[in-house]
Amino acid sequence: MTERARQPVTAAANPPVSPLDSNLLPSDVVQASAISNTPMPDRLLDSVAKLIDVSKCIGCKACQSACIEWNDTYPEIEENVGVYENPHDLTPDMFTLMRFSEYENPESGDLEWLIRKDGCMHCADPGCLKACPAPGAIVQYSNGIVDFISDNCIGCGYCVTGCPFNIPRISRTAQVSKKCTLCSDRVAVGQGPACAKACPTQAITFGTKESQIALADERIADLKSRGYENAGLYDPQGVGGTHVMYVLHHADQPSLYSGLPDDPRISPVVAGWKGPAKTAGLAMIGLAVAGSVLHGIFAKPNAVSEEEEREAEDLVGDSRKEV
Amino acid sequence: MTNSWTDIKNTDLVVIMGGNAAEAHPCGFKWVTEAKHHRGAKLIVVDPRFNRSASVADYYAPIRPGSDIAFLMGVIRWCIENDRVQWDYVRNYTNVSHLVREDFGWADGMFTGYDAEKRSYDQTSWEYQIGEDGFVLTDETLEHPRSVWQLLKQHVEVYTPEFVENTCGTPKDRFLKICEMIGETSAPDKAMTSMYALGWTQHSKGAQNIRGMAMLQLLLGNIGIAGGGMNALRGHSNIQGLTDVGLMSNLVPGYLAMPRETEADFTTYMSTRGNKPLRPNQMSYWQNYGKFMVSFLKALWGDKATAGNGWGYDWLPKLDIVQYDAMRMFDMMKNGKVNTYFFQGFNALLSFPNRAKMTEAFSKLKLMVVMDPLATETASFWENHGIYNDVDSASIQTEVLELPTTCFAEDEGATVNSGRWLQWHWAGATPPGEAKSDVWIMSQIYLRVKKLYEEEGGTAPEPILNLSWDYENPEEPMPSELARELNGRALETLYDPADPTKVVLEAGQQLSGFGQMRDDGSTMGACWIYAGCWTEAGNMMARRDNSDPSGMGIFQNWSFAWPANRRVLYNRASCDPDGRPWDPNRTLIEWNGEKWAGADVPDIAVTAKPREVGPFIMNPEGTGRFFSRRLMRDGPFPTHMEPFESPMANPLNPEMRGNPVARVFADDLEKMATSAEFPFVATSYRLTEHFHFWTKHNRVNSVTQPEFFVEISKELAAEKGITKGTRVRVWSARGEIWAKAVVTKRIQPLICDGKPVHIIGIPIHWGFKGAARKGFGSNTLGPFVGDANIETPEFKAYLVNIELVEGNA
Repeated sequence: MTERARQPVTAAANPPVSPLDSNLLPSDVVQASAISNTPMPDRLLDSVAKLIDVSKCIGCKACQSACIEWNDTYPEIEENVGVYENPHDLTPDMFTLMRFSEYENPESGDLEWLIRKDGCMHCADPGCLKACPAPGAIVQYSNGIVDFISDNCIGCGYCVTGCPFNIPRISRTAQVSKKCTLCSDRVAVGQGPACAKACPTQAITFGTKESQIALADERIADLKSRGYENAGLYDPQGVGGTHVMYVLHHADQPSLYSGLPDDPRISPVVAGWKGPAKTAGLAMIGLAVAGSVLHGIFAKPNAVSEEEEREAEDLVGDSRKEV
Repeated sequence: MTNSWTDIKNTDLVVIMGGNAAEAHPCGFKWVTEAKHHRGAKLIVVDPRFNRSASVADYYAPIRPGSDIAFLMGVIRWCIENDRVQWDYVRNYTNVSHLVREDFGWADGMFTGYDAEKRSYDQTSWEYQIGEDGFVLTDETLEHPRSVWQLLKQHVEVYTPEFVENTCGTPKDRFLKICEMIGETSAPDKAMTSMYALGWTQHSKGAQNIRGMAMLQLLLGNIGIAGGGMNALRGHSNIQGLTDVGLMSNLVPGYLAMPRETEADFTTYMSTRGNKPLRPNQMSYWQNYGKFMVSFLKALWGDKATAGNGWGYDWLPKLDIVQYDAMRMFDMMKNGKVNTYFFQGFNALLSFPNRAKMTEAFSKLKLMVVMDPLATETASFWENHGIYNDVDSASIQTEVLELPTTCFAEDEGATVNSGRWLQWHWAGATPPGEAKSDVWIMSQIYLRVKKLYEEEGGTAPEPILNLSWDYENPEEPMPSELARELNGRALETLYDPADPTKVVLEAGQQLSGFGQMRDDGSTMGACWIYAGCWTEAGNMMARRDNSDPSGMGIFQNWSFAWPANRRVLYNRASCDPDGRPWDPNRTLIEWNGEKWAGADVPDIAVTAKPREVGPFIMNPEGTGRFFSRRLMRDGPFPTHMEPFESPMANPLNPEMRGNPVARVFADDLEKMATSAEFPFVATSYRLTEHFHFWTKHNRVNSVTQPEFFVEISKELAAEKGITKGTRVRVWSARGEIWAKAVVTKRIQPLICDGKPVHIIGIPIHWGFKGAARKGFGSNTLGPFVGDANIETPEFKAYLVNIELVEGNA
């Protein structure tokens, strides 16, 4: 019997040294795509958030590298097309991307190189989840994480339409939609996201949403003291607030940061689809599968067979022999 | 670094000039972020490109590559004119009051004593006036016309804001704003830190760039204080350690000098290294030179080194010239004078200038041995890779042996960081395949060479046969054994000189510091500055106590910092002449009435009374130097020198090309161009996504920055019909490369001498091996000339041309 992991408080915490049981359970799901009657959870996790302070970000791409490593993805080695963004866009194998924008500030006359880490914002009111027709393919936990459950995904791409931030990408080989999970697998065992852990300047931090808003306030005061009068927090209310937030020098003009939406909202089409029509259309399926889907979401990925254990033992044993 | 990475959080102002810390040192840069967040520190970036450091700076100014001295002398001039001087510091701790010889002077950008034939100065006049008592003459009023202060004021007079603007291309208003920000740190309770790296060293006058900032920091009272200092950011993991233990061909470990052939015996060698104090009461710590040198020789040759044979001095090689730096070796190689060369962790085909010359040189070798964890371009210099390495393989007869080595993560030992911390690490992985540690390889070579000498004899066998090799396993000495040897130990019982009945150390015990070293053969220690790293108490480098009682990032019990576990060099200067901290909120040490004590290890004898002993204890004067006497080949003050390839004439002397005392080989001079043919200024740099030429072997790094590119301004792009992502050819008098074009507002044409100067940025990371796309580096194009003092290649400023190319090549 192993201990259940604590809820994460920071991205800098050291990893556990003994196995811990996941603390992100099927019963923590508060919303699931195409399932209208998600059972009421018996507990509510602390609301978490990742804060990205663009004024501390040096665009080093350690976050991208950590993301590739942790999620074990295999992005293409592309060409240089005359910009610093590599890969050139988010892909099914690149869940986060540094975007670079050169801005000549008309007031100060200064050039600014605005660098923003792009990726899923983990909206409180997730358009992707609303748009998704596949039962249980997109879930939202009570801590705010919006996760894609690939086993349930049909790769239709509705989530892309539903996303006001243009984040999900469809893998044409696996026929599933992929995006940042806010490292739900790390959070489940008390760790912050890999990108935040790797960030050398602590431009990316992680903790309860409350703590991250407090940190943002501190940073905004500092930026205002340096002449950025419009410094502020990006936590757009049009999507109910987000669990990935930005500190921006120019919070009055989010779009300066490589097209960050000024006032993101879920498309009316999606909102309508989520409305009475969808509920009616999917009610039958939803009612039937809710319980089994939620169970199935989690049962599979966490299971390790005895055979797999044996193979792992053999591998470790082999490398020891070489010594 | 005079200070440490963690100390940067204590600063009020960070100046990044001659480096790009956010880009090239992203992990250390966290301390800048920390200073900004929690101290409200400001960040200034001065660089030809608006780079990643600039992206988080409070203020940025552009500068033409190779004009840093003009900028820095301009700031000094402004500070003097506007009385932004930490006077108590300057009067008491620097050599401003010292009088200079009457025959010293300068004109037309040159100092007295220049010999054009020898490309060298006769430095006789670059010296203090010495009184009959053997001490330097001084004038405390600073009004004497020969005082360093008056000479300094005269020297910087020419560097007006207009001169700076015209020479550096830095807009005058930006320059003045930076002067004001820097000038504020002349207050005793304000600190400024200088973070620099290869942006200052890779020039034909690199050392003088750094001198310029060091002088400014003295003027502002920012040396020796928390949050201050001159902080060189080292470019390779453990390059600090490599330098410490004798990387340079003219040094032995601990920055002691390799003998010259004119120094035929030990007595002669020591005769010029007495370091008698030049002012009363000064420590002049190099007076202990003999103790360090004898201990080093004892470490080499053990019992075979005796007083009778000058401690084995005869067995050290003697230099017939100043130094055999890498460029000289490659020049000799090209001229057929080198048969065999070991490249140990050195990818010279991508890192030294004029790649065509490198290839020609390597082709003349009979044997090339490459010790590296990776497949380097150097080891494959003979392979044809189309435009990326266009050689005629059949014509190259060099035999190449590749000896795969372990990498840092696969072995144990200390890595020395920029802040001089020796941090012990343990093997984290098993070496792949046949990889062996460098120590194993070198030991095998040594043992075999020794056997050959024993069996067959040969010329001068003593250095090899007498070498002390007392290890548990002679085939592969353990890192712990080598570390203990670097620290040193007593060879016989050591008694306290002040009380001969008191035993300091028993024979065989580890030294606890270099203060215990002796020049009578009773101690050994291979690198005096490392003494204290492995004492009788154990491995100090392995300490991992991260408590920091002062809250100032000192971490006295985390690893070991040389010298003597001191974290801030010259920290005596953090206090006023009476021993009270200039800033009580940032106390490193203070005089408590009886001795010096505090959070850091005092950089002065702990009982040295205030007002008696100066803080710059390594200098015979005890003072910091504005006037550096004869210590640098190119002048006692930094003077503006153009790069060897420059878009404009030196405004101080239009006839002067580059650094007048830099060494240039004749055929290299022929390959240096003018702006008539090559109108654009190239400058090289690193990218955060890659580490030198290593990480292009790694898939993840290659994803984040896949392909070689050059950066140009929108204006130059428009002039040449280049758009972003198109392919361009860039060529210099020495070679050509093809690259993708990144067109950016972050590079702006600068107006220098009334004309626009266009800058082309060339990153260094690509080659023809590894996971990333094949590409080039800056070194194909760079000029084969180095700094006049230490021969670092001038990669940061040279001339090229550029054109759009159609298709793929």
